[in-house]
Amino acid sequence: MTTDAGAANAPPSSRSARFEIQGVSKRYGGVRALEDADLTIQAGHIHAVLGENGAGKSTLIKIMAGVVAPDEGRMLLDGAPVVFASPSDAQAAGIACIFQELSLIPDLSVADNISISDPPRRFGLIDRRRQRDIAEDALARAGADNIHPSALVKDLSLSRRQVVEIAKALARKPRILILDEATSALTAADVTKIYRVLKRLRAEGLALVYISHRMHEIAELADECTVFRNGRSVASYTAGTKSDAEIVELMIGHELSAEFPARPVRAANAAPPRLEAAHLGWGDRLRDISFSVQPGEVVGLGGLDGQGQRELLLALFGVLRGAMGQISIDGKPAAIDSPGDAKSRAIGMALIPEDRKSEGLMLPMSVRDNLSFAALPSLSRFGVIDRAAEHEAVERIVRLLAIRTDGTYVPAGSLSGGNQQKLVIGKWLMVSPRILLLDDPTRGIDVGTKQEIYQLLRELAHNGAAILFYTTDIDELVGCCDRVLVMVEGTIRRELIGAQITEHALMSSALNLGTEVADAGAKVGLRS
Amino acid sequence: MMGDARYWLREHRGTLAAFVAFVAMFALYAANHSAGLNANVAQTAANKGVVLAIVAMAQTLVVLTSGIDLSVGMVMVLANCLASHIAAGEAGVATVGVLGVLAVGAACGAINGMIVIFGRLQPIVTTIATGAVYYGVALALRPVPGGDVNAALADAATGQIAGMVPSSLLLLAALVVLVWWPFRRSVVGRAVYAIGSSEIAAYMSGMPIRRAKFVAYTLSGLLASVAGLFITFVTYSGEASVATGGTYTLYSIAAVVLGGVSLFGGSGSAVGAIFGALMFRTIGDLLFVFNVEPLWQPLFQGGVLMAAVCLGSLRLVRIRNRLELYG
Repeated sequence: MTTDAGAANAPPSSRSARFEIQGVSKRYGGVRALEDADLTIQAGHIHAVLGENGAGKSTLIKIMAGVVAPDEGRMLLDGAPVVFASPSDAQAAGIACIFQELSLIPDLSVADNISISDPPRRFGLIDRRRQRDIAEDALARAGADNIHPSALVKDLSLSRRQVVEIAKALARKPRILILDEATSALTAADVTKIYRVLKRLRAEGLALVYISHRMHEIAELADECTVFRNGRSVASYTAGTKSDAEIVELMIGHELSAEFPARPVRAANAAPPRLEAAHLGWGDRLRDISFSVQPGEVVGLGGLDGQGQRELLLALFGVLRGAMGQISIDGKPAAIDSPGDAKSRAIGMALIPEDRKSEGLMLPMSVRDNLSFAALPSLSRFGVIDRAAEHEAVERIVRLLAIRTDGTYVPAGSLSGGNQQKLVIGKWLMVSPRILLLDDPTRGIDVGTKQEIYQLLRELAHNGAAILFYTTDIDELVGCCDRVLVMVEGTIRRELIGAQITEHALMSSALNLGTEVADAGAKVGLRS
Repeated sequence: MMGDARYWLREHRGTLAAFVAFVAMFALYAANHSAGLNANVAQTAANKGVVLAIVAMAQTLVVLTSGIDLSVGMVMVLANCLASHIAAGEAGVATVGVLGVLAVGAACGAINGMIVIFGRLQPIVTTIATGAVYYGVALALRPVPGGDVNAALADAATGQIAGMVPSSLLLLAALVVLVWWPFRRSVVGRAVYAIGSSEIAAYMSGMPIRRAKFVAYTLSGLLASVAGLFITFVTYSGEASVATGGTYTLYSIAAVVLGGVSLFGGSGSAVGAIFGALMFRTIGDLLFVFNVEPLWQPLFQGGVLMAAVCLGSLRLVRIRNRLELYG
């Protein structure tokens, strides 16, 4: 059964739905997160929700869990309309949610956490013995009786914490269980156990919503699937009725949202690479990563969110302690042990962070101060800032980037998101970086500013900078990059060059489907 | 179950460390005291230590929410001045007066809580401001030192029971059993820990965040007023001393840190803070029995505090992503 966006309002099938979402929309400021989304969940089924980064899955779940309220649309529980004003309303209705960002309290014990929202009480005080029994029971149901109920959550590994999350959800005896990337942090041993747990819960008549990027998990578990794209529910179908290539096609759609500057034809380059990394590693988050970037080249980092791209940029920039491997600049080995080293004249590296509010800018300080921070050594003599030189340099950057600001003395926080992002970029342009690392620089900014940033990246590359560009927007990888390194679980899974960079190839490699599906995709014509 | 003891130790190690350190220091003190450890030595030491211990309990409640209460010393001074007016006279009147003092203390804490919760102001600023106001009220009540207190009550609180145990220690124990333990085992108490540990996770778990903060600040004010009452019982008078208020506020923070309570909130215990306070007080006594110039006392107290803080931050050595150092 396939329905596309137009026909999704069809009446539900004869089976009674446990939970329905009808025509739900949600906007954050001007950004559309969900648009007329529909979802029907049956008891005794596992319903998989698929979609690329930013397709609206997280917003959908937050609405179901009562964390955010929808702007439009309605929700039906067993056929009756419901409204959730807070997470506790949703819990009371029998919805338990396991979030991607963990909801555990690190300083409390496992048992405390499992009973957190409604601890057993005796004479008004928490009954520790019964709480412990509840915890042991819930842990056993989650297939984790080897976790001690008295252990503090902060002492557990990420995988174990995720299992505690699941136990916490089960302790509430939910009727609908939502798992948002619940297996992303699990070790293989825990995953197998969780599969068994989920199948048993399905047999017990629970309705499960399962969000995952791992196609083999969906094939193993799901009964029904719904694909989201750009905030819309674009298709629902019974699991197993579509090929991987068709699913990928549904997920990426074809709406190029921005125009990109032309990619110059690059001559073969005999010079040593500007930046070369050999066998980089950091714990189990980065494993044996080797690549190089030539001057004038824009190399993209692709893959699903959280596959180690951010850590790779941080490792290059000297933020991670105990990173292994060798970094060479212009063919010469370089030791980068701190951001201070990275920005030194010999290396000339700059990192545009993802979180501009906390890592990129001092919001209460002026535009001028923010722009000159990184460049202060070159703008001062004997430790005193040369005001005239600072003024000139700041004005030049403001003009170059067309930063829309009411003078350079206003606080950075008063600028729009897009202009704040230009400030972060401008701050590093002040030091004329030779290597530019970008961590999702266009997230949450308007299309116009995005275009300007693309143009700027090209110009910088044209003037000889080497650019390493991580973005969660697949279009940007296709439009902006000369080469793309697709990362999966801390390694570079595939390298795509020039014309090989297509949405299909990127998505298939990111989903770890292998090259056959990627190439098959070109032949499938699902678009309407 | 195997390993229970291990997890118990893990959870209470800050409290235990403060306890062990205090016992060691106090044993050293008693062993070198000319009179040895007798009932009178214990009584004097207890009366000196208990006031700070109670203020440290008050501070703990707010620090657990990852806030800080800079008005505890001033609430204490206000309670002292008020008690020197209304906790005097015959037994019946004085008892009502004591209840009145406690009510005013709780009200001061409740005002702090309301401002922090509904005004969304930072605790540090809120309590500096309200502390100044509370001190102003204290000064209006008692422009010059003086007043009186019911002698029978005072002697009962500061004397000895059965000629052996300092009654102030029993009072402290009663506060732990009647206020701290129930708090710790209540749902709001757990919410207080949860807020300090991760307020977002607490919200996502549907915990009563506002109620928990309100209770923490109100109990803090209540405990501070108990400390103020106790000062009145010791001195038989009230004095609006800005130095006393300020000193107790700062020492309460030191005691909380020495007691293993995290200033980031979410972990630690008022029992630990009590031992931290007693330890802090014992430093002064130790210097006294070893005939060290009193001038050195602040230096030694500072040194012990630094050492405790250093031990607490050892974990930072293990952090591998340097961004977490600033998170």
